Amino acid sequence: MRILTLIRQVLDAEESVRVRDGAVELEGSKLVMDTMDEYGVEEALRLRESGAAAEVVVVAVGPARAEESIRTALAMGADRGVHVVTDVALDAIALSAVVAQIARDEGAELIFCGGQQADWDSQALGAATAERLQWPQATWTSQLEMKGSTLVGKHEVDEGSETFELQLPAVVTTQQGLNEPRYPTLPNIMKSKKKEIRKEILETFGAVPRIKVTGQEIQVKERMRKILDGKDAAAAAAQLVKMLREEAGVIA
Amino acid sequence: MILIVAEHSNEVLSKSAYELAQAARQLQSEMPEAGEVTAVVLGSNIAAAASAAGLIADQVLVADLPALAQYDAEIWSAAVAQIAREGEAQVVMIAGSRSGREYSPRVAVKLDAPLLEDVIRLHHEKTGEAGQGTLRADHYTFLSRVTEHIEAQAPAVVVTVKPGSFAPVAPGSTPAEQFDVDLELPQSRLKVTGSIKEKTGRIALTEAEVVVSGGRGVGTQEGFAQLVEGLADQLGAAVGATRAVVDAGWRSYSEQVGQTGKTVQPKLYVAVGISGAVQHLSGMNKSKCIVAINKDADAPIFKITDYGVVGDAKEIVPAILAELRS
Ligand SMILES: Cc1cc2nc3c(=O)[nH]c(=O)nc-3n(C[C@H](O)[C@H](O)[C@H](O)COP(=O)(O)OP(=O)(O)OC[C@H]3O[C@@H](n4cnc5c(N)ncnc54)[C@H](O)[C@@H]3O)c2cc1C
Ligand SMILES: Nc1ncnc2c1ncn2[C@@H]1O[C@H](COP(=O)(O)O)[C@@H](O)[C@H]1O
Repeated sequence: MRILTLIRQVLDAEESVRVRDGAVELEGSKLVMDTMDEYGVEEALRLRESGAAAEVVVVAVGPARAEESIRTALAMGADRGVHVVTDVALDAIALSAVVAQIARDEGAELIFCGGQQADWDSQALGAATAERLQWPQATWTSQLEMKGSTLVGKHEVDEGSETFELQLPAVVTTQQGLNEPRYPTLPNIMKSKKKEIRKEILETFGAVPRIKVTGQEIQVKERMRKILDGKDAAAAAAQLVKMLREEAGVIA
Repeated sequence: MILIVAEHSNEVLSKSAYELAQAARQLQSEMPEAGEVTAVVLGSNIAAAASAAGLIADQVLVADLPALAQYDAEIWSAAVAQIAREGEAQVVMIAGSRSGREYSPRVAVKLDAPLLEDVIRLHHEKTGEAGQGTLRADHYTFLSRVTEHIEAQAPAVVVTVKPGSFAPVAPGSTPAEQFDVDLELPQSRLKVTGSIKEKTGRIALTEAEVVVSGGRGVGTQEGFAQLVEGLADQLGAAVGATRAVVDAGWRSYSEQVGQTGKTVQPKLYVAVGISGAVQHLSGMNKSKCIVAINKDADAPIFKITDYGVVGDAKEIVPAILAELRS
C-alpha cells in the first residue's frame, strides 16, 4: 500500500506575523513544515514500519522553498517526494484537484492531511480531496491503527469523541495527540539527500484558484495590559474585581 | 435561493441556525434577486426543529429520514448538494461547527463551487448580469492573527459561518411553509463504533458570555476543580482548558480552547495558569475582555491581557472568590 502525506510549509509558531502592503510577509521569517502535517508523516512512517504500508510519498504544492519541508519529511524517513512548484496561492477546493490527481497517478490508498494548518486556518483540504476521489474520510483523528485493510481509530467531533472503522482507500486528517513525531537522525538526513523529489508544474493539473484573496491585515485588539502585582493577594483581588465591575463592566 | 442548513440538537434549533439566518437576511437585502431564505433541516424525528426553523426563514425544506438519524459527512454533503442543485441555490450557508466545516468542502466539490470558510463578515456586490455577482467575505488566518479579505464569484458559493460572528435573528411569529423533500442518499462508510458525549451540565463553551479557563499552572486535577470550576460557578461561566490540561487527563477534550479545540469570543475570558501559546490564543484572542492570572510576569498571555494579576493562582483565585462573595 502506498500512502501520500500532504505537507505545507508555514510560519514557525514562535514567529511573529508581519503584514506589509496588505499582505503577510514571510520573507526573512523561519518557515517550517506545519506541525499538523508532522503527525501525518509520523503516522505514515509507523504504518510502513509495521508492515502495513510499502511506501510513503510526501506531497507539497507550493513555492520553490517548500522543498525544504519535503526534505525534512524525507529526513524523518519518507521514501520520496512530489513537489508541484508554484507561486499561485490555491484555495483548498482548487488544491484538492491537484492532490486527487496525484493520488490517482500514484495509486495511493491512504492520504494523510493536517487537520488545520497554521497559515490559512483552513480545514477543507482533506474532505475536498476525499470527495474528488469518492473516498470516505476521518477528520481530527487522534488515534489510528490498521487491521487488515480497515483503519480503526478515534477522532474528535463537536460534542466529544467517537471511535470509528473505515475501509481503505480513505483520507485521514491528523492533529496533535495522534503521535509524537520523530526528529530526523543524522544518518537519515544523509540518506534523504539522495531521495527523489519529482518536480511538477501546476499547469499539468489545470487547477485555478476559486477564491481571490484581496487583502490581509493584522487586527490584534489593543489590550489595556493593566497588570497588578499579586504579592498581597487580597488587595490585588479587590482591585481586580473593582476594575472588572466598574471600569470594564463585565461582571455584576 | 439562499440556503441555510439549520443545525439542531435534541430537537432544539442551535444558536448557529439563528446566526446563519441573520447572515442570510443581510445577504438577501443585498441580492434580492436571489429569492427566499430557505432553511434546510436534516435528521430523523425533527418536527420541533423544523417548526422552529419556520420562524427564521421564508420557507423550510425538511428531510426527516431514518438515514439521517446520525450525522455523516458523506450523507450530509449529498443531501445538501442535492437540495442546493434542485433549488438552484446561489449561496449555501453552513454553520462553522466542526461537522459543518467537515462536510462543507464535499458540498463545494459536488456543486463545483468555491468555498468561503469560517467567515465573520459577508457581503454581495453586483458585478455583471442578474444572478452574477461577487461574494466578499472576511475570515481569520495565521492562527487567528490575520484578518483576510476574500472573494468568490456567485452564483453557487458555499459559505461556512464562524459561530458568534452574527447576532442571532429574533424568530418571527408566523411560521413559513414547510416542504418535505425526498433524497437519494449514499451509505455511510465511516462506521462509528462508539461515542463519548461530553456534557458538563454547564452552559455551552461557545455560547457563554463568560469563560473561565485553566492551564497547567493550576497544578493538579483537584486544583483545576477547586480554582477554575469554583470561579466559573461564582461567575456563571463555562469552563475552558488548555491542551496541556486535556492531554494530562485533567479535563475532557470538549472543554479545550484553541487551534485544535473550540473558538470562543465571550465578553469576559479569564485565563488561570495559562502561558499563552499561539495555539491557545488562536481560540480566544477575540474575547472582549481578557483577564489573566499567572505567576510569571513574562508569560506571553499578559501581552494580550486587559487586566492581569501576577501571582500564585492558589492564592489569587480564592482571594477573588472571597471578594466576589463579600
Ligand atoms: C498543532 C498544535 C495544536 C495545539 N492546539 C492547542 C489548542 O487547541 N489549545 C491549547 O491550549 N494548546 C494547544 N497546543 C499546545 C500549546 O502549544 C501549549 O503547549 C499549551 O497551550 C500550553 O498549555 P498551558 O498554558 O496550560 O501550559 P504551560 O505552557 O505549561 O503554562 C503553564 C503556565 O502556568 C503558570 N503557572 C505555573 N504555576 C502557577 C501558579 N501556581 N499560579 C499561577 N500560574 C502558574 C506558568 O507560569 C505558565 O505560564 C497545540 C500545540 C500544537 C503543536
Ligand atoms: N494568536 C494570537 N492572537 C492574538 N494576539 C496575539 C497572538 N499572537 C501574538 N499576539 C499578540 O499580538 C501582539 C504582537 O505579537 P507578535 O506577533 O508576537 O509580535 C502581541 O501583543 C502578542 O502577544
